[in-house]
Amino acid sequence: MSYDKPLPVIDHDSAPYWEAARAGRLDIPLCSDCGKHHFYPRAVCPYCHSDKLRFDTVSGRGEVHTFTIARRPAGPAFADDVPYVVALIELEEGPRMMSRIQTDDPGKVRIGAKVEVTFVKATDEVTFPYFRMT
Amino acid sequence: MSNRRDPVIVGLADAPLEDGKFVTRASVLGHAALVAKAAVEEAGLTLDDVDGLLTAGMWGVPGPGQLATVTLGEYLGIMPTFVDGTNIGGSAFEAHVAHAAMALREGYCEVALIVYSSDQKSLRSRNLGGRPSVLSMQHETPYGMPTPVGGYAMAAQRHMHEFGTTSEHLAEIAVAARKWAQLNPAATRREPLSIDDVLSSGMISEPLHLLDCCLVTDGAGAIVMTTAERAKNLKTRPVAVKGYGEAHTHWAIGEMPDLARLLPAQKAGERAMKMAGVSHSDIDVVEVYDSFTITVLLTLEALGFCKIGEGGDFVSGQRTAPGGGFPMNTNGGGLSALHPGMYGMFLLIEATRQLRGDCGERQVKGAETALVHGTGGTLSSGATVILQKD
Ligand SMILES: [Zn+2]
Repeated sequence: MSYDKPLPVIDHDSAPYWEAARAGRLDIPLCSDCGKHHFYPRAVCPYCHSDKLRFDTVSGRGEVHTFTIARRPAGPAFADDVPYVVALIELEEGPRMMSRIQTDDPGKVRIGAKVEVTFVKATDEVTFPYFRMT
Repeated sequence: MSNRRDPVIVGLADAPLEDGKFVTRASVLGHAALVAKAAVEEAGLTLDDVDGLLTAGMWGVPGPGQLATVTLGEYLGIMPTFVDGTNIGGSAFEAHVAHAAMALREGYCEVALIVYSSDQKSLRSRNLGGRPSVLSMQHETPYGMPTPVGGYAMAAQRHMHEFGTTSEHLAEIAVAARKWAQLNPAATRREPLSIDDVLSSGMISEPLHLLDCCLVTDGAGAIVMTTAERAKNLKTRPVAVKGYGEAHTHWAIGEMPDLARLLPAQKAGERAMKMAGVSHSDIDVVEVYDSFTITVLLTLEALGFCKIGEGGDFVSGQRTAPGGGFPMNTNGGGLSALHPGMYGMFLLIEATRQLRGDCGERQVKGAETALVHGTGGTLSSGATVILQKD
């Protein structure tokens, strides 16, 4: 079956991140100068503006910083998913990333809930890091 | 202390709507031209007097809209020598006022025209399919983020979590806006509205309901600015631009530094009020962007009308409704009057009308100083303007 939802347009900044996700790892940039992780991946650290960055495999654990339960889809491609939970996850390492919470019961999602990453294959090129509550 | 080159607003116009759609048959640029012409003529000027052109919009992209001032200048048949196509979302026009004010003071411009037009309702062109999944949006769009409501919903969720704000608090804002709209014959939605109506209007993106969200309408508006000296020979009573500020923090909502605090509004508001030499108690009427009810709550807190986290209490008991003690969004706002995509232009028009004393039934008595604050993107940008009756 073909995948009809929007796919990321992968660029040079993000390629290592998506490549890692395909291999089941959550890799995000780590700054060699200030020691902070950041997300989304950039060529310059948004905190100290260093360009000494490398991709680091992180724990994949974090908590729900905030979320919304979509009762109307973001376009027809998402219609079958409704209701679904889009969440901003704060990783243990600090950065926040947008993702989905995989759950049968959206009503159970709370700010502060502990989550861990789970990888969901969309196409041969793209695997998404989703999260589920632990 | 006034100066002969102090910036003033001398002309305005907006297009008539019926059921949220343009009445006149014209293209999106046609409507821009018609309000531009009406605004300059109201002041006793012509389009040939315009040497400054400022616009932002969503039309003609990709295509001629990518160079919006250039395309609009061509359509109007003018050759502006000061232009500003700053597009930071719905707050762009408040930023345009700031930039025009600086150009007028500097002597770089004599007559500045700020224009907006959108026929999104007539064309049914509003993009609900999400933002193209490139650059920072590759990390948001694929997850099915409802745009723009999802980002505002996430901020509301966070505000509720941190401060105990409730859906009832947010509904107060929508109901108050409707009461103002009932006093404004030009408003799109004027039927009575209760807090229960808002709460039972259906969830769109939790915790925001359908009636926490602004309207989708057409709309076109224009504002003309010049110097205090030039205004002396014009037909309208000028409204002075006393202060301004602008800031932005993020495009992707995931990058918002603090989802329960609207930093651009704080920054822009402080700067504008300081420049104007006014404090909160000097403000007689407030026009703030109400894309969603939560936008208003975050804005009032960030501008310092109440403490951070106390916005829910502040708007309770219909505080912002007619007679409620805090006149706000007096045309009915984006929630009930009109919302043609980028609403900031209409905040400026309503504030100017209030200071001119032209608002009929909804006139705020003795209004001398107005605060206008636009918000753009997904709580991304903010720009404040302080206006005063001359
Ligand atoms: Zn760094």
